[in-house]
Amino acid sequence: MGERVNSAYKLTADHRKVRDSGKKIKSGRRWESPLAGYLFISPWLLGFFLFTFWPMIQSAYFSFTEYSLLEAPQWIGLDNFNKIINEDRLFYKSLGVTFWFVFASVPLKLLTALLVAVVLNRKLRGMHFYRTLIYFPSLVGTSVAIAILWSNMLGTDGFVNKLLSYVGIEGKSWIGSPDTALGTLILLAMWQFGASMVIFLAGLKQISGELYEAASVDGASKARQFVSITIPLLSPVILFNLVLQTISAFQMFTQAFVITKGGPINSTYMYALYLYEKAFGRLEMGYASALAWVLLLIIGAVTALIFFSSRYWVFYATDGGKSK
Amino acid sequence: MNGMRSKNLQRHGLLILLSVVMMYPVLWWISAAFKSNEEMSSPSLIPATASFVNFIEGWSAVPGYSFTHFYTNTFILIAGVLFTTLISCSMVAFGFSRLDFPLRSFWFAIVLMTVMLPNQITLVPQYAMFNGFGWVNTYLPFIVPHSLAGGIGGSFFIFLLVQFIRGIPSELDEAAKMDGCSWFGIYFRIIMPLLKPPLVTVAIYCFLWNWDDFLGHLIYINAVDKYTVGLALRMMIDTSSTAPWGQLFAMSLVSVLPSVLIFFLAQRHIVEGVATSGLKG
Repeated sequence: MGERVNSAYKLTADHRKVRDSGKKIKSGRRWESPLAGYLFISPWLLGFFLFTFWPMIQSAYFSFTEYSLLEAPQWIGLDNFNKIINEDRLFYKSLGVTFWFVFASVPLKLLTALLVAVVLNRKLRGMHFYRTLIYFPSLVGTSVAIAILWSNMLGTDGFVNKLLSYVGIEGKSWIGSPDTALGTLILLAMWQFGASMVIFLAGLKQISGELYEAASVDGASKARQFVSITIPLLSPVILFNLVLQTISAFQMFTQAFVITKGGPINSTYMYALYLYEKAFGRLEMGYASALAWVLLLIIGAVTALIFFSSRYWVFYATDGGKSK
Repeated sequence: MNGMRSKNLQRHGLLILLSVVMMYPVLWWISAAFKSNEEMSSPSLIPATASFVNFIEGWSAVPGYSFTHFYTNTFILIAGVLFTTLISCSMVAFGFSRLDFPLRSFWFAIVLMTVMLPNQITLVPQYAMFNGFGWVNTYLPFIVPHSLAGGIGGSFFIFLLVQFIRGIPSELDEAAKMDGCSWFGIYFRIIMPLLKPPLVTVAIYCFLWNWDDFLGHLIYINAVDKYTVGLALRMMIDTSSTAPWGQLFAMSLVSVLPSVLIFFLAQRHIVEGVATSGLKG
């Protein structure tokens, strides 16, 4: 059955190829359904212009103004950006905190996700059950509910301290001390590696078992197989996860807002929190827009860097090594 | 054979350990919801005296309102968002995958780019716009963007559905076209019924993400009367000087119940959804 669907799909793909190539020969290509096409995508098109494109232009404009929402924006040129770069210590503080968070939580999360995915990628009785349990914390992900659990667990009277006292370690309020508060948020991010893990699992299923068999015949150890087969063949998936997680980590908001409120002494003052505070706490909408553009540039630069580096570490197998 | 068995035993051991580490906080959370406040710092998973008092008191802990009200609010919001998303995203995805029109690949590239666009960049102008429309303290800032195939995850859903529709053999619609079926007819009568599995995936994600969308709710909803569950929970933390942990745990536990229920009912779709969207790109 699957075979038949596959070949039918291939047939239509070939058919399409022929059809398309026939069209390209004609100069002045005619479209089959221009009107219907635009009619069908019109909701998205309208939404894009109304809620993305136009707001982006506005936001760019606001970033050069002083704007309190109550009065019309007033043009002040580059003042906002000048202030951000030259005077704003909170900007640098929040940027630093966010970079720490991103550079610690993303690799830790992906590494955990990858290792657990490898362990789960086996045929074993009850695997489904284990997978569900391990994925479970990620399900309740970014909710306020989890934030509540976390702030109690790692507080002074939380059960974590009680557990630590059994082994003779004196606890403290992990959330209340400036040197560990960010760590608790990183730990929380790590705990929720489920989404990345599921994507890794799907990637691992694409790798042919024959490769591992051949490698063990040649006497390669498990660790060696992991480094020389799993990692290279999975590298496109690693790249995908890395980009996705990095972008979302830069925008981390809910947990910092609910668990630590940015404190103590700004040690968890995430960039998104600062932006929110400026925009909706103090109604400095122009300044907040400028902050948003700086964030976009930073995320863009980091993403570009990841893609650029991927040339050196992402391996695209020509035929995917997929088992037939 | 014996070696094989002991190896499997080892694996089970490792997996059990992993599951316990992952689930311990969750199990503790469940038991804490039944504990009294004196017992709250005990790591034990079994409450000394279990009682429902936290649930009963927590349910009406916000003065003037019960959680029934907040749940109704949240479900109204999500029902609106879900319904509009399913229709708009499937239409747009049909357009991108089956129809041939100028600039198609250009627009589709834009769809993919918006998947990655941080929403902070449109936050302020969108707020200014919706505020100008008088939409603050209504659910329109959520429902209207979703009805235009936007909102949380909108472009991702389009992408996911496009991927799926591309896998449906086009002989089906070509035959229908010969029989004089309109494009809308093909979309509605042929593609839509086949789209059930990915639409379930879309619905699940749309539900989960909107249920957890804290920032959006925080910005647009200020009146307690319109509060969603997440906002009500945060208010419980902020208004009381000493946090009533038992009640907080009980209420937050109830608040994740819908997500958990959906997860167990439709687990297969979640995994498939992530897998196809992640890898077929």
